[in-house]
Amino acid sequence: MKHIRIGAGAGYSGDRLQPALDLIERGNLSYIVFECLAERTIALAQQRKLANPEQGYDPMLELRMRAVLSLTTSPRVRIISNMGAANPLAAARKTREIAESLGIRNLKIAAITGDDVLSNICERDLNVIETGERVSELGSKLVSANAYLGAAPIVEALAAGADIVLAGRIADPSLFLAPLLHEFGWDPSDWKRLGSGILAGHLLECAGQLTGGYFADPGYKEVPGLATLGFPFADIDELGNATFGKLAGTGGMLTIATCKEQLLYEVHDPSRYVTPDVVADFSRVRIEEITDDVIAVADADGTERPPKLKVSLGCSEGFCADGQISYAGAGAQQRGELAIEILREQFSLQKIAIDEVRYELIGVNSIVPIRKSDSPDPREVRLRVAARTRDLQSAKFIIETVEALYTNGPAGGGGITGAITPVMAIYSTFIPREWVAPKVHYEVII
Amino acid sequence: MMLRELAHARAGDKGNISNVSVIAYDPANYPLLCELLTPERIKFHFADIVMGDVLRYELPQIGALNFVMHGALNGGVTKSLALDAHGKSFSSVMLEIEIVLPTQND
Repeated sequence: MKHIRIGAGAGYSGDRLQPALDLIERGNLSYIVFECLAERTIALAQQRKLANPEQGYDPMLELRMRAVLSLTTSPRVRIISNMGAANPLAAARKTREIAESLGIRNLKIAAITGDDVLSNICERDLNVIETGERVSELGSKLVSANAYLGAAPIVEALAAGADIVLAGRIADPSLFLAPLLHEFGWDPSDWKRLGSGILAGHLLECAGQLTGGYFADPGYKEVPGLATLGFPFADIDELGNATFGKLAGTGGMLTIATCKEQLLYEVHDPSRYVTPDVVADFSRVRIEEITDDVIAVADADGTERPPKLKVSLGCSEGFCADGQISYAGAGAQQRGELAIEILREQFSLQKIAIDEVRYELIGVNSIVPIRKSDSPDPREVRLRVAARTRDLQSAKFIIETVEALYTNGPAGGGGITGAITPVMAIYSTFIPREWVAPKVHYEVII
Repeated sequence: MMLRELAHARAGDKGNISNVSVIAYDPANYPLLCELLTPERIKFHFADIVMGDVLRYELPQIGALNFVMHGALNGGVTKSLALDAHGKSFSSVMLEIEIVLPTQND
């Protein structure tokens, strides 16, 4: 029976590159998928695009593409990724530029747009799920709105012969479902097969999390070779049955236990895993070991796709200030607690615009070595104050106040750090799918 | 003994909801986990962390339970001030649950 081999090239934007290069060179893949877009990544990318219209794609795109396109495999491994982020068109232009600089000929790069529904959302003034407000009430805080697209535009691009497909927001497992729909010609309403494809995608989308990453627990769950962790691939047949593997000579392991953990990762009701393409049902999935590092997964199911698409709304909500100072030796905890009291009083005296603040004491052995002691008191604590503020000035005040603890606070405080980061909150809404019109664009090198 | 002796776990986040799977090392212990790990027990264990409801989904064919904990992530990873904003450590916190095995009657 015909089967397709798809590899996982990345589980997040900053993921390690070597496992993807290994898979492309030695994995005998037909496709590799780089999943690089977390919930708020696209909102931050949107801000970069506003500052520079040729930016707003994944910051690792250049590095990844240069490394991947420098490899020569025959036939070429086709690449699918959401590294387009907020600007798939610019990502495709940049990829073309890299390919041309490497002297590559005969390459078709597709860019998928249409997930950006900001103007649409504002016109129709939909409800925000988390807050119950109208979108218009978010006002100027709202910086991005991206609908989760399904596999269809990728399938269109593959049918048109694209070697590389760069999208923005597409449901993560749908990136993997697309080549299956293209290769096997599955009916888009064959819910069982679509559910199987989504299951394969769900297991692959976090890359190393299937092969022993995010798993090791010394004494209980040992994983060999984490420093050279390899990423998984799957062989999927036209019925939707999938067999997962990893390359010999790479670190990590693929077992029934690693697959069980990833099966339920970020899943709520396992019988209703909602994607734009199908509501997948993982509740009766069977997992079986074929041999070492080879696992078969079967019996996923599915029901009709939802009528609406989820939309992520990116909202700029001020700043997060994080200030820290350490106290060690006799009375470490008491001095940390005193410093917290001082900060509380200083913040309330200044009446700064803090939306939320938390104070905590951290610590094991960053300042003094671990030593067996009869005393139940910690030998060191690190005070951390973290606050969300509406304006930059208030955030700066918090950091400066922590810094002043050197000379104005309890005895022996050291190692102060402070950081301010913008807060990009994500809310959601649902949009009828008819209002969303994905479009495929091409860059072609002859 | 701790739940850690009988099961492994993985935590995931979506918005302000954390899900933690609890998977029996030996599928024979799955019915015991079902009996002991009620949603009420989990809610109690995560007091001061989980503000909303805890739902439990059962997967007997793989010997696993999936706990969906609402209001667990300080508003979600994009807004949370927590050091572990994703709640990645909730899996290991879950495994601290103290288990008392039923006494065997011969």
